[in-house]
Amino acid sequence: MASDPQYPAVTATIEKIGRATASAVEEIGNGGALIFESLYWLVMGRRLRQPVRLPSIFAQMMEIGINAIPIVALMAATIGVMLAIQGIHTLRIFGAETRVTIGIALSITREFAPLITGILVAGRSGSALAARIGTMKINQEIDALYVMGINPVRFLVVPALLSTVVMVPCLTFFSDIVGLFAAGLYVNAELGISMAAYFDEVREILTPDHLMHGLSKSAIFAVLIAVIGVVNGAAVAGGAEGVGRVTTRAVVQSISAIVVTDMIFAFVVTR
Amino acid sequence: MNPNINPDHKLIEVENLVTHYGSRLILKDVSMDVREGEIMVIMGGSGSGKSTLLRHLMALERQTSGTIRILGEDVVRLGTRELVELRMKTGVAFQGGALFSSMTVGENIMLPLYEHTDLDRTTMEIMARMKLEVVNLAGFENLMPSELSGGMIKRAAMARAIVMDPKILFCDEPSAGLDPVVSSALDELILRLRDAMRMSIVVVTHELESVFKIADRVTVLDQGRILFIGTLDELRASPSERIQNLLSRRADDTDLDADAYLTRLTGESVSGTANL
Repeated sequence: MASDPQYPAVTATIEKIGRATASAVEEIGNGGALIFESLYWLVMGRRLRQPVRLPSIFAQMMEIGINAIPIVALMAATIGVMLAIQGIHTLRIFGAETRVTIGIALSITREFAPLITGILVAGRSGSALAARIGTMKINQEIDALYVMGINPVRFLVVPALLSTVVMVPCLTFFSDIVGLFAAGLYVNAELGISMAAYFDEVREILTPDHLMHGLSKSAIFAVLIAVIGVVNGAAVAGGAEGVGRVTTRAVVQSISAIVVTDMIFAFVVTR
Repeated sequence: MNPNINPDHKLIEVENLVTHYGSRLILKDVSMDVREGEIMVIMGGSGSGKSTLLRHLMALERQTSGTIRILGEDVVRLGTRELVELRMKTGVAFQGGALFSSMTVGENIMLPLYEHTDLDRTTMEIMARMKLEVVNLAGFENLMPSELSGGMIKRAAMARAIVMDPKILFCDEPSAGLDPVVSSALDELILRLRDAMRMSIVVVTHELESVFKIADRVTVLDQGRILFIGTLDELRASPSERIQNLLSRRADDTDLDADAYLTRLTGESVSGTANL
């Protein structure tokens, strides 16, 4: 159409932007509808004789949460040590390196633990969810659920959403502990502050509010990861190539959404 | 005529079905029915609308206009619970099987029982094994779908489709991608299911060998319209050139088809001659 002299390039560009905007709005709408439908099945499932099955929630929790522990521990420890290195380096300029604990404690619990955990779960489980839903759609397994009288949102989405919302904050809390511990080890080695003194200071600095700031943020990240994974998986077109495309898209969108939400959350809650 | 067929009892009734995908007209004023105890084969070329018609019969699509009654119920008017109850009386064997790859064959077959009944696991396992015996897959319940051949996957899908003892079974291209021997065995299985379980079976296929082996009646679709409905004898005796071409596997008037196909794609007539 763009090559049509009656159809100027500007119009084509505007049309392209319009289509992309409409598509984005549609996807956001689908995500919102998915959350409401999931809540509906969670509340009404038993009455409609289609309860959400606990074994399937536990299986997802195992996959999303327990199996992610090693990589979350590694990343949290790395971030903890990195913050300690940078913090000591920066504060040494002012001769205040012994005050590094305050920066470490607040940065890890309020920012880095939820952010890194969210990004890891998005890359690990959000992509897996998009690939799984996409593959099931292409193989007509979603249709098979419908014709068996099994609602796919109740059967596939609710367990994934619920287990992500439970496990991401749990992993974030675990990440808090590992990050603080690893940072403590570095501070102990670099500044000679004992682990007991370090953790006493951490306890003095951290209030439940600081921990809840990070944990509530991580719950929002969990919803974003699950919904973006499902919406992308359900939008698959084409064969295996299509599945690959929606999987990549789900990861990119999840991480972008996490970072933007993090900024908005920090702006609204911290100021 | 098959003595099990009850011509007065129609399990499926389709009246004046019209459906669009976007602006494209896919099914044009389709009316047909399926009687109790019969095997109705829906056939037609690629793009004729047979798969779309099947999706409507399975209540997976909403029509633009017209009525579809399955077991006396207008599917569009059914609420969530009523639709689930209706679905429990129908079974579907998809073209690729659509078995859940994360579950064993036995778990796949037990899934409808697990979701819709209060049976204990032992009873469900016994029922799943019985259905596997019906489709000659006894002993395969602990294998994963990825460990089965194409023909086995289709038979396992049939076992899952009949586990709730449905009144109607839908089969989408049961012979597609299979060698003639396996394909013939599946045809035998469909005939056995009709006779043993007294169910009505709707089969979508383009395999003529299967059509002549299993069909009690045939619906031929062409470019979204019903071209023919009748018995095999009536099909063979049909004076329609299109039907005779279809039966002798000759390509139809290619120019006309291409034009009609473009018409369907664009929603406007290219030459003005694309009529059936």
